[in-house]
Amino acid sequence: MKKTASLNYSTGKKWRLTGEDMWGYAFIAVAMIVFCVFTVYPVISAFFTSFEKYKPLGSTFVGLENYKTTFSSSLFYKSIWNTLVYTVFTVPLSLCISFIVAILILPFKKKVQSLFKSMYYLPAVASGVALSVVWLWIYDPLPTGLLNSLLANFGISNVNWLGSSDTAMFSLILMALLAGHGTQIIIYLAALLGVPSSLFEAADLDGATFLQKVWFIVLPLVKPTTLFLLVTGVIGSFQVFMNAYMMTGGGPDNATTMVGLMIFNNAFKYSDYGLACAQALILAVVIAAISLLQFKLMGEDVEY
Amino acid sequence: MSGLYSQHLNRPWLRWVRNGLIALVLILLAAATLFPIYYMIVSSFGAPVEAGGASYSLFPTTLTLDSYKFFFDFSPYSARWLLNSLIVGVITVLGNVLFASMAGYAFAKIRFKGKRFLFFALLCAMMIPYQVTQVPLYMLMVNSLHMDNTYAALVAPTFVTAYNVFLCKQFMSSLPTEIIECAKIEGCNQLQIYWKIILPLSKTVLAVMAILTFMNSWNNFFWPFLMTSKDYMQTIQVGLKNFKFANTTYFAPMMAGATISALPMFILFFSLQKYFLEGVTIGAVKG
Repeated sequence: MKKTASLNYSTGKKWRLTGEDMWGYAFIAVAMIVFCVFTVYPVISAFFTSFEKYKPLGSTFVGLENYKTTFSSSLFYKSIWNTLVYTVFTVPLSLCISFIVAILILPFKKKVQSLFKSMYYLPAVASGVALSVVWLWIYDPLPTGLLNSLLANFGISNVNWLGSSDTAMFSLILMALLAGHGTQIIIYLAALLGVPSSLFEAADLDGATFLQKVWFIVLPLVKPTTLFLLVTGVIGSFQVFMNAYMMTGGGPDNATTMVGLMIFNNAFKYSDYGLACAQALILAVVIAAISLLQFKLMGEDVEY
Repeated sequence: MSGLYSQHLNRPWLRWVRNGLIALVLILLAAATLFPIYYMIVSSFGAPVEAGGASYSLFPTTLTLDSYKFFFDFSPYSARWLLNSLIVGVITVLGNVLFASMAGYAFAKIRFKGKRFLFFALLCAMMIPYQVTQVPLYMLMVNSLHMDNTYAALVAPTFVTAYNVFLCKQFMSSLPTEIIECAKIEGCNQLQIYWKIILPLSKTVLAVMAILTFMNSWNNFFWPFLMTSKDYMQTIQVGLKNFKFANTTYFAPMMAGATISALPMFILFFSLQKYFLEGVTIGAVKG
């Protein structure tokens, strides 16, 4: 099989398609059509749209106007700042929590491990809309609200959690931290189970403590997992939309307007499609740059 | 299990105490995580009165289904929202299981020209944030094709996802090539190989993929929200959002609505736990 194929190439019949080629194209046809129409075309279209001002009866070319507007708008910088704050407080902390929980689940038997995995994963099954609705009521600003009445027991006076610009962002972060880390815990646990026990036996012989084993053996060995979760976590966090849209609407005074919501508002509230496309492309570049940076900083000794 | 923890072989009671304490910590943490869901379900059985008169009790004080009735009475299409979500989910799953597995098989085992480039392009597509494609897709569907408020528009963009093609390719690459070569010698064509050999061998991974795809489709909010301006075509998540913004003071009915939107997924999760949990790691390990 191999020989005939390479012979074909060497005799200059490069562009003659074999039966095998045709089968390949037939098998990927549907996937590729969907891919072209719903990914390739929109990306190209977004690029051109970003240089246009949208009008219902034909858009007009405006050059770099949308990009200029973006970089001179204070809301743009504010939303980037909000996104950064949200990311810095949620992603690393959530990784720490997940890692610790995974370590704690480790000593149990398989069945008990599965039980804990299920318990921690359950919130991930519920939709973002449903969870937002629930948290909206937990943060009810009235003194009878759940969180407020709970804190009243400790003598803390009433807080307008989502309605005040001091606490709105904190509330969204707290929700993200409590809303569950099931996926990350399960992925960490799988990585932990892959650490060869011979390493621990050797460490035991050297008299290593539990924390030393975690620090010098476990952490370096699960580093690829950490990197994976960090990069995907940051990417997800930069695109976050649901909680701000459902719970605060970006307010008060844009204290919780993040990039995802800003783009959404520009596109579907103000019908400024060109501006939204320009900002979405900027977001894509920022995400790509941050991901690359993370790989560079952390990934030097990580093999993929 | 693992050598990270001392087994305390000489003092087994110590191991019991330690594991007991760890379990206690884990249960407390899990309780904090599960609390919003517990609160949601418990409160949904409250009476559908405006929030001023409602009490946010942690334990069920009343047990009435009136709030559920309130939610279903909100719109004549409330029940249809559930049906719409189901229809969209099932079609999306069928599309992905069939066509993502075909593409995955081709990328894994068939030698064709341009394979590496096309696969690389698919991988790149996974890195693009959805905000980039959203506006042009919206304009394409609504302004050019006038396809809004159709099932086709709801399903089409996720009919075959790059992620699922990638998953299938990863799994099918691990299948032995010898079987395929043998089948070829026996006179099978690629379609027969795919149908009779590859699909049966990939059952587990396809089941996992189907479940995760269904869950994502059911919980998807953004795209159905953009595509459905008409009540009767909305999915349950969009409906719940409408309900939320229309009845901002009705506590128990809102919880009932949230429960309704989440319950099918909970039931699915409890009946197919193994596949769910497997699905989490399947894309991450060696990703």
